[in-house]
Amino acid sequence: MAIEDDVLVIGGGLAGASAALGAARGGASVRLVTHKENTLRNASGLIDVLGYHGSDEPIAEPFEAIPDLPDEHPYRKVGVDAVREALALFDEVVGELYEGGHTERNALSPTYGGRIKPTSRYPTSAAAGLASKEGDTLLVGFETVTAFDAPLAAERLDPSVPFEVRGVTIAFPGDLRSDARITRLARALDADELTERGRRVGTREALAERVAEHLGDAERVGFPAVLGDEEHHEVRASLGGELGVPVFEVPMGPPSLPGMRLEDGLYEALDEEGVRVESGNPVVGYTEEGGRITAVSVDRGRREIPYHADQFVLATGGLVGKGIDSSREGVFEPVFGCHVPQPAERYEWFHDEAFDDQPYARFGVAVDGGLRPLDPEGRPEFSNLRAAGAVLGGYDMAREKSGSGVSLSTGLVAGRRASEDIQ
Amino acid sequence: MTDRVDALVVGGGSTGCGIARDLAMRGLSVTLVEQGNLTHGTTGRMHGLLHSGGRYAVSDKASARECIEENRVLREIAGHCVEMTGGLFVQLEDDPDEYFERKLEGCRECDIPAEVLTAEEAREREPYLTRDVKRAIAVPDGAVDPFRLCVANAADAVEHGARIETHAPVTDVLVEGGEVVGVEVEHESGPGKRVHKEPGTTEEIRAEHVINATGAWAGRVGEMAGVDVEVRPSKGVMVIMNVRQVDTVVNRCRKKGDADIVVPHETTAILGTTDVEVEDPEDYPEERWEVDLMIETLSELVPILAEARTIRSFWGVRPLYEPPGTGTTDPTDITRDFFLLDHEDRDSLPGMTSIVGGKFTTYRMMAEKISDHVCGKLDVSAECRTAEEPLPGSEDFSILRDYMDEFGLRSPIGRRSVQRLGSRADEVLKTMDPNPVVCDCEAVTRAEIRDAIEGAGSDLNAVRIRTRASMGNCQGGFCCHRMASELHPEYDAETVSAAWDELVQERWKGERHALWGEGLSQAALNYQLHGTTMSLDRAPEVAEFAAFDSGAETATGGGKSDGD
Repeated sequence: MAIEDDVLVIGGGLAGASAALGAARGGASVRLVTHKENTLRNASGLIDVLGYHGSDEPIAEPFEAIPDLPDEHPYRKVGVDAVREALALFDEVVGELYEGGHTERNALSPTYGGRIKPTSRYPTSAAAGLASKEGDTLLVGFETVTAFDAPLAAERLDPSVPFEVRGVTIAFPGDLRSDARITRLARALDADELTERGRRVGTREALAERVAEHLGDAERVGFPAVLGDEEHHEVRASLGGELGVPVFEVPMGPPSLPGMRLEDGLYEALDEEGVRVESGNPVVGYTEEGGRITAVSVDRGRREIPYHADQFVLATGGLVGKGIDSSREGVFEPVFGCHVPQPAERYEWFHDEAFDDQPYARFGVAVDGGLRPLDPEGRPEFSNLRAAGAVLGGYDMAREKSGSGVSLSTGLVAGRRASEDIQ
Repeated sequence: MTDRVDALVVGGGSTGCGIARDLAMRGLSVTLVEQGNLTHGTTGRMHGLLHSGGRYAVSDKASARECIEENRVLREIAGHCVEMTGGLFVQLEDDPDEYFERKLEGCRECDIPAEVLTAEEAREREPYLTRDVKRAIAVPDGAVDPFRLCVANAADAVEHGARIETHAPVTDVLVEGGEVVGVEVEHESGPGKRVHKEPGTTEEIRAEHVINATGAWAGRVGEMAGVDVEVRPSKGVMVIMNVRQVDTVVNRCRKKGDADIVVPHETTAILGTTDVEVEDPEDYPEERWEVDLMIETLSELVPILAEARTIRSFWGVRPLYEPPGTGTTDPTDITRDFFLLDHEDRDSLPGMTSIVGGKFTTYRMMAEKISDHVCGKLDVSAECRTAEEPLPGSEDFSILRDYMDEFGLRSPIGRRSVQRLGSRADEVLKTMDPNPVVCDCEAVTRAEIRDAIEGAGSDLNAVRIRTRASMGNCQGGFCCHRMASELHPEYDAETVSAAWDELVQERWKGERHALWGEGLSQAALNYQLHGTTMSLDRAPEVAEFAAFDSGAETATGGGKSDGD
């Protein structure tokens, strides 16, 4: 049976999900195809909109700063209202998983590297720990979780925040191996039972007991982001109950439980909206007719299947997600061969200091006002292809702290426009 | 400030550390000073080939004989630093037969075991060799970890009473009454182990005899003493692949040329090299063509290299030397032999000897000859014992132990830790504390990191070269912060931050030369983890916390909110 949809979204991260929701709400029939695990499990789970632009002072009011961005920035293509709407859509679909929607201002979140960073939406699990909220803080690390050293993070944070931060390292309860994965710790808290010295106790209670002796005057307690997988609300609530102060998670790198929880939330929303999601197979080619894409081919292992649609959205990610790829000869967009602006000389893709303003960080396709990728002459590559998220060029998500906001807003606009253009 | 030592060695590379060990074992009081880390110069920037001598069997038979002799010695005394991979000299269809025959003859004349393999046999041994192989010569080449070897020499020198000062550049050579009597050094972070943010001091170190073993930097030390030492630094690039495409050392069997060797090294393979004379051993261009040349030329030999993942590149400088007036123009023609410059004989300046030229494989033999010379000057009659006494880590060492159960580590983590540590495994890995993995790519555990910190202070690059942590596929993206954490709380947050930033920058320095394909993707991921998730890219400068969102409860409950 032929596969035929109004809108086909390629890519299953934040931008792809946002595009699929935008198109579906516009009344289109939507299919989303995604290849490998998306990069959400690498991401901290914080939703950054715009944290820095042009100075080391973090931005408190991101929407006010957006009009000052350069013309080629994706936010300038979609406009500030679209960013607002995208965040509203996000707030709606993630529900109680996230906070921050009550204000347009950025919050400051502590990072597991012991810095603070501006962000717009934060997982509910991180809310009690905001650095822009007063409250003496105890950070707790685990001996075997080498990614988060609580005493070091506390010592680095303390001088830059207007409250006290202390850190302590304890042993995670139970007899887990030294190399137990973070997900294993989370599941031990979900299950809430363990045997210790022949006695059966609750994992959460045992953990709270170990923390209690270090609590002192702390008004909140932060842990690495391992506080439960399925049962994270309950785990946090019961630890908070035992300790008598709010408990929070410090967002972490991969594998990121907050990122995985967000992924689950988004896919539920896609399901409710009637989006058909297929994962595990790459898009490897396409057919075109008169400047329009008619179908893409999906490699299902044994054969390539054409997926027809009227409109297409490219949300395959940037260099990390391989939506943008490169060789020694140049940088390219591998699915449709869209043009990627770049210096011809490979040694001009980078600067010599790690945190310089790196040219490679801005690699991606250039688009017109309708988010259609442009060829070297500035004409749309295809009349019915739009791009969203990290596959777009012209911005540096790490430096600006803008990755999620760009993905959500360009995704929403690309999806909406696609549904509007259905012939 | 201190008493006069018998010997002061300038230079903490393989030669300097070898000399310090040799002299200390003979009972002399020895101090060694090094401007950076141990191996900071040429030793830390080579491809880690343990020569069989085959490479020199046509052009330089004396060197070839020394190599095979020392190859045998190092297998005995430094087993935990050496992997006997074997090596091949591969002749392709268009390479001349005549050279192949001369190579084979040369090996036999120099007592280098050599066996001719047919094309089929060669490809059986190394399946990724090109189908254009005509035949090959198998020789006992190997791979050696220059960091581990150098550190083991230094550690043994300390065992025998020597003092080792790293991060202590020489600022002056003291000449009094026409004689070298010592040096002045600047301790960048005070004497002893390096600690970031510690204030520097200077020290005059007086010695009966000064040995200038600074390789490509020998001219600079010579200049401070007022003598000419005309080393000719020559740069060469090394390109590191993320896996071992070959398990034996693969050489192209033809007359000298750029890009003719692949050395398997731990989990990687190293491609080398170029040979370009430079003015300054520290400041020379690191050029794209050199990287591209390695991949393009060596993929004629091993075709999958063209598609394989490159993880970084680095350059080293050879300390080439030829006696004045030889006038060789092409640096590849300059002899790899070493020269001992007795400045008393040569320049009427007693008290100092320079050692220039030479090869890593024969570092011990060079050290022995220089030590003999110094002992002659100081009237010491003790014999050299460095060829018989194993280095720390290689005494009575067997990797057949049941290390996994013993140290509670899983394979391959346990296997790799024990291979790195050799006979020191017990001392390092037997700990009552939990011993989680800190670097996943290279399977390095906390115990090993802490042991390295104990030896190297807050210097994470010194920890890196001792353990290999952060040297794998992710190039530190997932472990720089974990390594930095191990410094705390012994070192305060400010010190840790400085050390951490230095490591992140050092990793990027090599990574940027492999910025395409998987390498660029990894670099972008590291940039995002470091810049976004951890926000390491800038120190926060928050003027007004109240301008930021403090959460929904305070906003709705009035409280501290300014009421948006």
